[in-house]
Amino acid sequence: MNIFACIKQVPDTTTRIKLRGDGNGIDEADIQWIISPHDELAIEEALRLREQRPDSTVTVLSAGPERVTDSLRMALAMGADSAVRLDLPGDADSGMNARALAVAIGKLGQPDIVFTGKEAIDDGAAAVGQALAVSLGMPCVTVVNGIDYGDGVITCRRDVGGGNIEVIETSLPAVVAAQVGLNEPRYATALNIIRAKKKPIDTLFADELGVTETNRKTRLKNFELPPPKQPCQIIEGTPADQAKELIRVLAEDIQAI
Amino acid sequence: MKILIIAEHKNGLLSEATQELFGLPLGQAEVHAVVAGESVEPLAGPLGQLGAAKVHLIESPALASGTGESLGQALGQFIPQLAPDVVLAAHSAQGKDLAPRLAAALDAALATDCIQVSCDGDQVTARRPVYAGKATAEVEFTDDGLKVISVRPRTVKPPESDAARSASDASVAVEFPAQKTALKKIIAGGNERPDVTEASIIVTGGRSLGSAENFSVIENFADSIGAAVGSSRAAVDAGYRPYRDQVGQTGKVVSPQVYIACGVSGAIQHLAGMRTSKHIVAINTDPDAPIFQLADYGIVGDLFEVVPLLAEAAKNRSGS
Repeated sequence: MNIFACIKQVPDTTTRIKLRGDGNGIDEADIQWIISPHDELAIEEALRLREQRPDSTVTVLSAGPERVTDSLRMALAMGADSAVRLDLPGDADSGMNARALAVAIGKLGQPDIVFTGKEAIDDGAAAVGQALAVSLGMPCVTVVNGIDYGDGVITCRRDVGGGNIEVIETSLPAVVAAQVGLNEPRYATALNIIRAKKKPIDTLFADELGVTETNRKTRLKNFELPPPKQPCQIIEGTPADQAKELIRVLAEDIQAI
Repeated sequence: MKILIIAEHKNGLLSEATQELFGLPLGQAEVHAVVAGESVEPLAGPLGQLGAAKVHLIESPALASGTGESLGQALGQFIPQLAPDVVLAAHSAQGKDLAPRLAAALDAALATDCIQVSCDGDQVTARRPVYAGKATAEVEFTDDGLKVISVRPRTVKPPESDAARSASDASVAVEFPAQKTALKKIIAGGNERPDVTEASIIVTGGRSLGSAENFSVIENFADSIGAAVGSSRAAVDAGYRPYRDQVGQTGKVVSPQVYIACGVSGAIQHLAGMRTSKHIVAINTDPDAPIFQLADYGIVGDLFEVVPLLAEAAKNRSGS
């Protein structure tokens, strides 16, 4: 099988966001970059499927600037066969990224299945999987936390909230967007991380992919940090008094209960 | 300006998040609604009362199960016929899946999970959270083409239904090519409490609960005030709660009216997922816990002592 995983590099979840001077983006100076957590599930699922199906290859793609190479190396260290960076600006919108990924996949061979994460934790757009599927003319199943693999068909469990699960069957080729619970991503061993440093990472440039700034439909600007909070009002007294007062606040001041 | 609201429905009722879309400041825009399903004509009345000038009905047995594929095909054919300037959908499980499909199929601009949307004349402005709420950013649309915007549930209140208002309705015919996906079944979660993404009050427990069993303290209090039960990542990782309850950057991002954090210290990735809550209450033994910096009300104390008293106080109050 020809298996693809599309990943995005994002700031680590512990990052404190600082804004750029012009307010139209974030200060990337001290950011620790990681593979977006749901995209790690996509890589892991691709690797597990390859292990089930002999003669399969796993190709990992990521759109972004030079720094993205580090995340692609991590994917190689996890076990991917090859990795390709699509040279797009870090602030490309989801439409540009999806278009570039679709063209790149078309150049690299007919896919049998394409995995992505359900969303990247930077912009949280949750859009690339569906957009990619539209461009590739494939079905797409999103927020998937379990897959049974059949012959030319897969059965996916979709997390639709409230603990409810939709069971969706789809023909292959298809795009599947991974949700937590699909698998437990493996750690790359130190040895494999060292080995991955020597592996080549191909680059496809925006002009080769036919993606330019004219494909951009949105741009994020005027970033704002959350307004500073008023100091917390500490409720004093015995535990029973505290409890009574908090319930009064909820019922009378906030009128929430 | 012409706006199309995609109406979501379940068991013959409009979803709350769909009703909210009519409460957005849409200026003098001409508001249309479209509703797709097996038999949806009865929803035209309620949509008119909420403020739709015209309701478009797409009815087909092919839409009975409401897969993203069939909804995408139906709306993808209808939207160019109507040629709106803006398509609005709720950023619900269904809208999240659908909006990007439509934007891609119609070569439209896409802004998902918006927390502010307004229309004034021919101007559309939208703001959305980034980095799971650690910041927000305005979405600049680079051209005048179609915009598909999904709006986070609970962003605004729905307007009052006005029985004096009504909409004209029209049936729309669409064609369905062979389907590649099929909904085989729905496995109900068996969760009687509201989901954290839908609840107006959430009571969240952290790792300091110490075991899955001890979460009954949180559950009892939540049940006494009709709240959802949330969990920190640490408590999910420790196996105390299922992933569906996890609030934070790698779990659910929530903005209820009241968020009550019990024994949650306030890791940065957790705070990102709940900081847009309207009122935040923290209960923690450590007065220096980061959660207090975000909280509006705090109790410094042992949750095992305080939380059962809260449940009791809530019951006494509702009983009185």
